[in-house]
Amino acid sequence: MAEPMLQVENVHTFYGKIEALKGVSLEVNRGEIVTLIGANGAGKTTLLMTLCGTPRAASGHIRFEGRDITQLPTHEIMRDGIAVSPEGRRIFPGLTVLENLQMGGFFADKAQIEEDVERVFSLFPRLRERHSQRAGTMSGGEQQMLAIGRALMMRPRLLLLDEPSLGLAPLIIAQIFQIVEEIRAEGVTVFLVEQNAHRALALADRGYVIENGSIVLADSGQALLANADVRKAYLGG
Amino acid sequence: MNEFLPQFLQQLINGLSLGSIYALIAIGYTMVYGIIGMINFAHGEVFMIGAYVGLVTLTAIGAAAGLPVWLLVVIAVLVSVLVTSAYGWAIERVAYRPLRGSPRLVPLISAIGMSIFLQNYVHLAQGSRDMPMPDLITGYLFQHEFANGFTVSMSNSRALIIFVAIALMVALTLYIGRSRMGRACRACSQDMGMANLLGIDTNRVISFTFVLGAALAAVGGVLIGLSVGKINPFIGFVVGVKAFTAAVLGGIGSIPGAMLGGALLGITETFASAYLPTEYKDVVAFSLLVLILLFRPTGLLGRPDVEKV
Ligand SMILES: Nc1ncnc2c1ncn2[C@@H]1O[C@H](COP(=O)(O)OP(=O)(O)O)[C@@H](O)[C@H]1O
Ligand SMILES: [Mg+2]
Repeated sequence: MAEPMLQVENVHTFYGKIEALKGVSLEVNRGEIVTLIGANGAGKTTLLMTLCGTPRAASGHIRFEGRDITQLPTHEIMRDGIAVSPEGRRIFPGLTVLENLQMGGFFADKAQIEEDVERVFSLFPRLRERHSQRAGTMSGGEQQMLAIGRALMMRPRLLLLDEPSLGLAPLIIAQIFQIVEEIRAEGVTVFLVEQNAHRALALADRGYVIENGSIVLADSGQALLANADVRKAYLGG
Repeated sequence: MNEFLPQFLQQLINGLSLGSIYALIAIGYTMVYGIIGMINFAHGEVFMIGAYVGLVTLTAIGAAAGLPVWLLVVIAVLVSVLVTSAYGWAIERVAYRPLRGSPRLVPLISAIGMSIFLQNYVHLAQGSRDMPMPDLITGYLFQHEFANGFTVSMSNSRALIIFVAIALMVALTLYIGRSRMGRACRACSQDMGMANLLGIDTNRVISFTFVLGAALAAVGGVLIGLSVGKINPFIGFVVGVKAFTAAVLGGIGSIPGAMLGGALLGITETFASAYLPTEYKDVVAFSLLVLILLFRPTGLLGRPDVEKV
């Protein structure tokens, strides 16, 4: 079998003395949507950010497309095929929508930026309407769209999403999940962290369940949806 | 007609030229604060070094070289900008970057140490006495005598300061507002970690703000040196404190704030020394600061969270 696109091997991450990841291993294959679900404080964000090198894994290995990126500086990891829409969205509030997108395309040339902005606008028509508005004045859903759009401006081969549905209305959530599917259809591999386990598992090819810094279950999305333990812990029975 | 109008106009001209210098230096304080949240206390010394590099350059060329005055001034400013920028860059690399991530007080102490070091370094290298700057820019842009015998004048050196400062501030505003690097500076001041997650080497953006701040201070240093006619190793402290005050007055972190604060402080100070005993000028200037901060704690144009650069 072909080597996985992303390979996480026995990764430990600490905040000071607190061990937030206790030997996590997982894989993401090219073209997949893989989700990571778990309760608040389980270590989902920590894992996602460890992939980006901040915080840095204390031990273990992270390989992306065969290359060991565990010790690379964050900006080098992010410049070569990985992009993130982080927890809390972290759009630049004082920049306009367009400027936020341009920041995502920082290393692209003018023509490529224009092309990619157009692509993001057609995925998220709301952003086109608001392109000259300061990003901080937009609604939560719009900010989430912007965070994903900004990540897409980096032309990632692997897109990391941290709880894109958090705090949004059901209609917007449905819209965002549909766009994640579209993004994958365009050939981008997606690693999706979610507390909204039902939707995430329904969308994903495969899923992992994290508890207390350790992966406790790994299976196909459908199987996890049907799993009695998962239903009880994350799907409300 | 009394003496009020001519006096007023004259003080306005003087205040504006002093304020222009404060503004140029205040930008360096405010940009560094906007991006890494620290006060670069050595920035006043950077200005002083800028003045000395200008002087050394002029001395090295020698007035005898027969070059036209404008070319001498341009060369002195350019050399000073280059050398002083290198100082700005090196200060961050040596004194601040290794301390990134430590408690806020630590880089502050380092900045004060760097300030003392630079002052003494120039003191040892150049002596502590006033050094005369060549009197290159002479004459007046205009002199107008009012009917009552009072004269309002603007010397060429003052005019040059105001003109250059305004031109640089316009250029800087356009650059920060429109260019790719300017956008990166603004983004970093809002969320440095996120900029890093977009693949941006944020250390380079930080270095860039130090270099830019130092370059502007260097221009200010050479021009004020030429205008006042003498410099010493201690001018950086006084002017640095004033420029820092201007930055806070305008709203630290805000570039337009630094410009406004600089102009306001310069004008206030000049008017105070014209109409009150000279010793009061700093009292008035700092009273203004306290008063404004009482009513607007974030300064005139400062916003607490958004758009720090
Ligand atoms: N910056 C931090 N400093 C210290 N502890 C942290 C920090 N971020 C997260 N933690 C701790 O690490 C654990 C995992 O957190 P996190 O990865 O944010 O969980 P999740 O994203 O699954 O909600 C939690 O116990 C949390 O308190
Ligand atoms: Mg989280």
